[in-house]
Amino acid sequence: MPANLRELRDRKASVTTIKKLTRAMELIAASRIVKAQQRAQAAGPYARELTRAVSAVATFSNVDHPLTTEKANPKRAAVLLITSDRGQAGAYSANVIREGERLNQLLREDDKQIVSYLSGRKGIAYYHFRQREVAQSWSGNSDAPSFARAREIADALIESFLTPTEEGGVDEIHIVFTRFVSMLTQRADVIRLLPLEVVEGEEAPAADDVLPLYEFEPSAEEVLDGLLPKYVASRIHYCMLQAAASELANRQRAMKSATDNAQDLIESLTRDLNQARQAQITQEISEIVGGASALADANAGSE
Amino acid sequence: MADDSAKHLEVALVAAERTVWQGQAKIVIARTTDGDVGILPGHAPLLGLLQGGTVQVRTVDDEYFVAAAPDGFISVANDRVSILAENAEMGHDIDLEEARRELEEALAAGIPDDDSDELRLAEARVRAAEQTS
Repeated sequence: MPANLRELRDRKASVTTIKKLTRAMELIAASRIVKAQQRAQAAGPYARELTRAVSAVATFSNVDHPLTTEKANPKRAAVLLITSDRGQAGAYSANVIREGERLNQLLREDDKQIVSYLSGRKGIAYYHFRQREVAQSWSGNSDAPSFARAREIADALIESFLTPTEEGGVDEIHIVFTRFVSMLTQRADVIRLLPLEVVEGEEAPAADDVLPLYEFEPSAEEVLDGLLPKYVASRIHYCMLQAAASELANRQRAMKSATDNAQDLIESLTRDLNQARQAQITQEISEIVGGASALADANAGSE
Repeated sequence: MADDSAKHLEVALVAAERTVWQGQAKIVIARTTDGDVGILPGHAPLLGLLQGGTVQVRTVDDEYFVAAAPDGFISVANDRVSILAENAEMGHDIDLEEARRELEEALAAGIPDDDSDELRLAEARVRAAEQTS
């Protein structure tokens, strides 16, 4: 019995420590989520102005840019998979990786060759374990992505898009990421990044918001040349910010349920512990009573 | 556009991760690839690529400042001026000494490649800080 008691006490102590840990992680995730949302908001003006400018150029000039031109017979497709760096976030990475697999399947059915780009250590580990070829990968700071990182990824993707297919370039680029719908809902999602569909109207211009006739300096072509790569980088940044907020929301939820489970476990262990201790006491009392009455019986017999 | 629909410009200087400055101004002077443009209220809609990396703004309170905006672009429409640059920064936030040192490092590192991003960024920061002080 005492061995069992000590065992229970040890288990309870360790579960209590785990609960403290998961609780701390939950709180950290909760506070970072606020920061991630602020960051997404702070990046809003840049993305909005950029989208406005790009649609202005696209609307008022008939410029064909390599980044917006659809290739006739796409043979190779690049997939950028945005996952997290760390685990403890429930099914977050598993979900987005599954969505990526689904897209890969679709592309393969269309007879397209897949070139993989990865962001986040979880995705890298998944691909590495399956010994798949990865064109390029980035990791670090998945919960607070910087614009510089988005630029880096954009540069790599644009370069491979502009390379002719025969020389190892790609014809289209997709991004798989997790969209932050609300604190409760995050959805793994796919968007096609390139070729660009500029007038996709994430925010449809209001009726009175007629785009003015712009003058271009130096020329519409050159302005577009300068703008589109920035636009691509801003789109990637947007996806990464969404993914970061989703990751943190998932982590908070996972850690909350872990904390709740630990609490349940502690309660049931406490009950077992009390029961075991009570049983031990009861047994000791009955042993004493038994011993005493045996002694009393023996004394009564001798006199 | 000659009618004075507004006496000032609504200016927003926006970096990729935050809005650096937002307010009303009398004039904005920016250097595009075709040369300096001064923008006064009532300017025709314009989209231009910035070169040289600095933008000068005179606010409605007659304050004057210079901002570093390397590799950015400017968009003007209906007296709204947006200056977008990934690494936009106010001139008076830049430490001139530090910026100079960074420029020297960039120059030392970038001799084979004369047109690197770091070099342009460092140049713009030095220029903005110099013009501020």
